[in-house]
Amino acid sequence: MTTFFAILIDASIYASWLFLVAAGLTVIYGVMRILNMAHGSFYAIGAYSAASLVGWFFSGEHGSPYWAYALLLVCAVVAGGITGLLLDQGLLRFLRGRDEILMVIVTYALLLILEDVVKLVWGVNPYLAYQPYRLLGQTSVAGALRFANYDLALVFVSLAVGAFAWWALNRTERGRLLRAVIHDREVATAMGMNVNAMFAATFVIGSVLGALAGALTAPAISVTPGIGIEIIVMAFAVVVVGGLGSIGGAAVGAVMVGLARSFAVHVAPQIELFVIYGVMFLVLALRPQGLFGQIQPRKI
Amino acid sequence: MNHKTELGLLAAAAVIAAGGWLGPAWLTFLLTVAFAKALVVLGVVLQMRAGLVSFGQALYYCIGGYAAGLAFQHLGVHDVFAMLALGVVAALVVAGVCGLLLTRYRDIFYAMLTMALSMVLYGVLVKSSALGSTDGFNVAAPRYLGFQPQGEDAARAAFALTMAICAVAALVLHRVLNSSFGRISEAIRENEIRVDYLGLSPRGLLYMNYAAAAVLSSLGGGLIAIATGHVDPDMAFWTTSGEFVFIALLGGASHVAAPFIAAIVFSAVRTFAIQEMPHLWQMTLGAVLLVLMAFLPKGLWSLVARKRPAPAAATEANTERAAA
Repeated sequence: MTTFFAILIDASIYASWLFLVAAGLTVIYGVMRILNMAHGSFYAIGAYSAASLVGWFFSGEHGSPYWAYALLLVCAVVAGGITGLLLDQGLLRFLRGRDEILMVIVTYALLLILEDVVKLVWGVNPYLAYQPYRLLGQTSVAGALRFANYDLALVFVSLAVGAFAWWALNRTERGRLLRAVIHDREVATAMGMNVNAMFAATFVIGSVLGALAGALTAPAISVTPGIGIEIIVMAFAVVVVGGLGSIGGAAVGAVMVGLARSFAVHVAPQIELFVIYGVMFLVLALRPQGLFGQIQPRKI
Repeated sequence: MNHKTELGLLAAAAVIAAGGWLGPAWLTFLLTVAFAKALVVLGVVLQMRAGLVSFGQALYYCIGGYAAGLAFQHLGVHDVFAMLALGVVAALVVAGVCGLLLTRYRDIFYAMLTMALSMVLYGVLVKSSALGSTDGFNVAAPRYLGFQPQGEDAARAAFALTMAICAVAALVLHRVLNSSFGRISEAIRENEIRVDYLGLSPRGLLYMNYAAAAVLSSLGGGLIAIATGHVDPDMAFWTTSGEFVFIALLGGASHVAAPFIAAIVFSAVRTFAIQEMPHLWQMTLGAVLLVLMAFLPKGLWSLVARKRPAPAAATEANTERAAA
């Protein structure tokens, strides 16, 4: 029974983390048809800027330590927003509507460049920003299990991000316009929408989400070079399971992968990494477009 | 059939082989690594001609390397040809199964699924302590049909073997790519459904391409294992595949010699760059990739091909768009 609870709670923590990581990726793909490899870099940039700012914050007297959480959010918005805007306006703007596979290669090039930019800015030594993680303490569940409150809070943050995304897409005018663009870009342009501006906004939102995932993860890990490269394949798996471009799909994908992984960690730790892709292959073998993906008609 | 190209390929292979054999040890090693990698890149190019980008070719590269190493350590197979053959068999078995699934997908799905497959192998290798976990293990110098070269001779023997395999692979592939069978790949890239209408099976052809690419890549991986004397799970990590895609795009997919030229350029620049500016290597790669996409979408080979009056100019114009 204890194991069962452990699996369940671990799964929800891991799933909410996965959702945070994957949300930006799926938003950008859904609107722009760009499978953004550089998403891993947004994550890394968010994590590094959060870790260094939190380190600075705790190195002196800067008021209540709880301000650190606000700092994490600000980091994500500023770092992710600036990077996203620069990349979109500096490069991707000129490549609108190109082949999806070409965009994979272009964003792969961006990933390589940003990896080194991160190393140049922050060096290669690990950054630790554990204070916000420790500050919230721990909770005992079912007697024997202890969980960090920070991790549990992550579940609520993730739910909030998901709910906000749903609300923004379905209940605001801009969201409805964006869905029109997702549905049919050409008709949306013909109706007089400024699709280009929407793409720019989407890319910035996506990169802020990626940076947010990094910033929120930073206190729980030691931030080292290469973290962006590690998470990108995992984010792909989650997004593909749910169906590329669907936020609801990313949430379901995150839950499925989260459950499978935490089950594996507790029952058969050798297959931990394997099981993530196992879920992905199983889903794709049965539904090639993912659980919530739309089938694309074949064009002659 | 143009025999001039084939003779040219053989002559180039002979010249490079002589240079590597007589040259200093570092040159021999650099060329061995470059040509072994070029075999893997040939596999990537095979798929690229059909419009599919594999971000997971490192899967077979790693299988080839580990199969060679494991054959030596655990099966007592010390002959280099048997070690490579085991890698090829292992790669064919894996490709036979994975190909059934993968050939259903195109574009980014193909890219990501191949990537995920190689990451599965990476995950398994990292977790298996019997195989050295993240450290991998060493591969001792093998025998060549009874000979056991030592020291510098071992490096030369590995180099000669690599060159021989590359020469054979280049000749065979040159014929295959220019046969009607090879040209269907390009037709699939341009319009798969019409190929279907013509009564050919795109999936069947892609399956063959995939299997052939797996064989080439496992040979490359096995040769690298023998040349460097070491294998580790990073061989299967997706950034390794990214490197192969990079070399493939650098060379271009229009000629069988292109991957070899690109691999030599890549290895030479890499050796230099990692010494001089280790923190800027990836950035250089990324920047070069962007420049290539913008100005040389058909790779370095288009610099060579542009100077000749190309009889296939008309078809080239048509394929230009999808070259990436």
